[in-house]
Amino acid sequence: MSWASPLLAAAATLLVGFVLFSLLGKSPLEAFHAFFVKPVESLYGVAELLLKASPLMLCATGLAAGYRANVWNIGAEGQLTIGAMCGGGIALALQDFGGAWLLPLMILAGALGGMAWAAIPAWLRTRFNASEILVSLMLVYVASLVLSYLVHGPWRDPEGFNFPQSKMFTDVALLPNLLGETRLNVGLLLALAVIAVGWLFMRRSLVGFQMRVAGLAPAAANYAGISAKRTVWLGMLIGGATAGMAGVGEAAGPIGQLLPSMSPGYGFAAIIVAFVGRLHPLGVLLASLLMSLLYLGGEAAQINLSLPSAVTGLFQGTLLFFLLATDVFIDFRLRFQRRPSRSLSTGRPVTAGEST
Amino acid sequence: MAITHNPGMDAPSGREPAPPRLRLEGITKIYPAVVANDGIDLSVRPGEIHAVLGENGAGKSTLMKIIYGVAKPDAGTIYWNGTAVAITSPARARALGIGMVFQHFSLFETLTVSENIALALDPHAVTADLAERIRTVSERYGLPLDPRRHVHTMSVGERQRVEILRCLLQEPRLLIMDEPTSVLTPQAVERLFETLRRLAAEGCSILYISHKLDEIRALCQRATVLRAGRVTGECDPRQESASSLARMMIGGELPHPRHRDATTRGDGALVVRGLSLAAEDPFGVDLSDIELSVHGGEIVGIAGVSGNGQKELMAALSGETLISDAEAIMLNGEPAGRLDAAARRALGLAFVPEERLGRGAVPEMSLAENALLTAHRQELTRRGFIRFDATRAYAAATIARFNVKAPGPAAAARSLSGGNLQKYIVGREILQGPRVMIAAQPTWGVDVGASAQIRQALIDLRDEGVAVLVVSEELDELLEICDLLAVIARGRLSPVKPAREMNAESVGLLMSGSFIGAQAIGRAKASPAGIVDEN
Repeated sequence: MSWASPLLAAAATLLVGFVLFSLLGKSPLEAFHAFFVKPVESLYGVAELLLKASPLMLCATGLAAGYRANVWNIGAEGQLTIGAMCGGGIALALQDFGGAWLLPLMILAGALGGMAWAAIPAWLRTRFNASEILVSLMLVYVASLVLSYLVHGPWRDPEGFNFPQSKMFTDVALLPNLLGETRLNVGLLLALAVIAVGWLFMRRSLVGFQMRVAGLAPAAANYAGISAKRTVWLGMLIGGATAGMAGVGEAAGPIGQLLPSMSPGYGFAAIIVAFVGRLHPLGVLLASLLMSLLYLGGEAAQINLSLPSAVTGLFQGTLLFFLLATDVFIDFRLRFQRRPSRSLSTGRPVTAGEST
Repeated sequence: MAITHNPGMDAPSGREPAPPRLRLEGITKIYPAVVANDGIDLSVRPGEIHAVLGENGAGKSTLMKIIYGVAKPDAGTIYWNGTAVAITSPARARALGIGMVFQHFSLFETLTVSENIALALDPHAVTADLAERIRTVSERYGLPLDPRRHVHTMSVGERQRVEILRCLLQEPRLLIMDEPTSVLTPQAVERLFETLRRLAAEGCSILYISHKLDEIRALCQRATVLRAGRVTGECDPRQESASSLARMMIGGELPHPRHRDATTRGDGALVVRGLSLAAEDPFGVDLSDIELSVHGGEIVGIAGVSGNGQKELMAALSGETLISDAEAIMLNGEPAGRLDAAARRALGLAFVPEERLGRGAVPEMSLAENALLTAHRQELTRRGFIRFDATRAYAAATIARFNVKAPGPAAAARSLSGGNLQKYIVGREILQGPRVMIAAQPTWGVDVGASAQIRQALIDLRDEGVAVLVVSEELDELLEICDLLAVIARGRLSPVKPAREMNAESVGLLMSGSFIGAQAIGRAKASPAGIVDEN
């Protein structure tokens, strides 16, 4: 049944959109067309869809690996930022010595940067049992301030009219285009490769299997001698690495330089993507496309329907809300009882008996 | 033999002035995969202690759930004092006068006895004199309890009293007891039986669920035997022998393991020296000064009432809890105290834990994946990647060799019955060719046939020269298979003695902690964690 809940959630989200557009005095069908169809009617639109889906795929694949093991990395946005900073830093430092090796080096630096940023919550969790959820989330804001300092200060483009931005990267530091006149670049191929590797790792390798065990049954993992600390480290570092690569993909892709903000919340949206995709690589692929469409639709809604861009966040949130709700209602049944005090006595030991 | 093979025909009516307290007629309950109850007829007279006897999976629990309003029957009628009733919820069952004491307790450890009882009663029944009522009722039935005591300071036997009292305060006319003696010392069992007899003498009917034949013969006036969801006989257990009851229950002879004296001397060994460990759980038991050695070719048993440190000792031996003193646990000559479970397995240790689902096996995963859980060292991986064919073959071999009833290696662990999953886990561990095998409650909740197989497998392992350690609450089991026996009480282990020099009585005495010196008792009393059945 679990595969059904993303579909139900998507349907419920559309329904809310229908009501919302009606209340705003727009024709719902027209609005839907403008939101979900128009952005992908052209080849350019499809390219944009894939372009925006790439960082989501990267982040969500890494996050899903951790989530499978009950390691809750909420800070992919920060790891993406640090990844962009490290990869971009290499691009800026070596702009005069560029060669074919520069891009791989940038991607490597980005992955390492993301891992380093994710290592902080991993270490605090394994050493002091600090919640990785809170630490990784708070580090998002630290990361954003670090990058902001750099592009306002030492890395600011001297010819940038005092705008807080770095120099533009040289051509060798930019991801090559895939499709003629569009912005689609080889970052998509990188994302697809990471999805394939993610699938191979989680489904075919012993370590991936052990991470799944740790998520499903921690006591069984302990019983089998699967180190809980190693699980936390792996879960965080994988998420950090892919988020860092996504950051480089943005810096060396559509942006082409470093800005104070490198992503419109891809790292957070990837959490939703991971869950809508049922933590499965193929599901992540499809969910990334859906989430990317929400981004495009939000932009289109701004232009065509004169709606605020917040409508993107609204749809994202609604989707996650309904996904969690359908999961609950697939597993549990709601029962109304007249006297709340009764529930205490009837809810007592009814499951305690052995099952036959 | 006084077996009525048509149990629907009750004793000649008219001789009984009152209608049966409870009568079931044609109760049928069908689950998607299995018919749990198939046309069950059963009647319980007022004041009768009536046994429901059957192996695990025979449908006892389902039937009790139906009577207690937890499950709804698909067909059949329940008569209560002669009137057809629909028992739609446990609250409804309690309103009729049906009480149930579950096998696993549901008490809040941080609350007192009266608080726990107040939580379970209907709000209007909670009055200021509740503590007084608890005291009165507890004295009347020989269940001494202080209502102000906190549950975490109580022994398992005392906790069971709280559960029974909770039912008695609702003045039940029918009390259902689900395997109540599995957590008691032999002495405490006798005490419980006195209480139940007194209750029955006052007219309360008792449905007593058990698979322990001796207890049923000692306590019950009538027995209904279930097998595979059907009634296979009704009898007066006092007139039957244990083996005739067993025949009705399993439909064949009770298998007995072959047990010869230990002959092989293996080199594998588990040696524990002065192991002390403070419990992590505030309600856990501290281990103190455990001395134990298990040599290849012998089975050492550890008896004791649960909650006396077995859980903590097992975790310490398996590597799930690490010990700061590496030499406190020697595994085949290597200091193992600081090694985790995987490293100890690499030294030749195999371990069957008490909990099957969630610890011994991952419920959602297939049997093949569960083989991988601990057996991946058996060449089930290549360069870090899983060899799926080898994994499936390993699971299939385990299924075949240990007669696991499962559709195949792809079946989810949780789809197996408790006994079959246990056979699978035991088999998975044995096929790894261990040199030291530790099994915790290996046959807990496992039916008679599977239990015998598991015991036999442990004996065979011993004969191959493996050092085997078995922790069990089933004293009969330990006396049957062990060469040496020790008793754990309040986190201390009695000296190991040859099993043939011990019997139920002497072990029962040790279970109450008689071997612990006066000084040690003083120390144990200071910690609220020490749990023992003192009375």
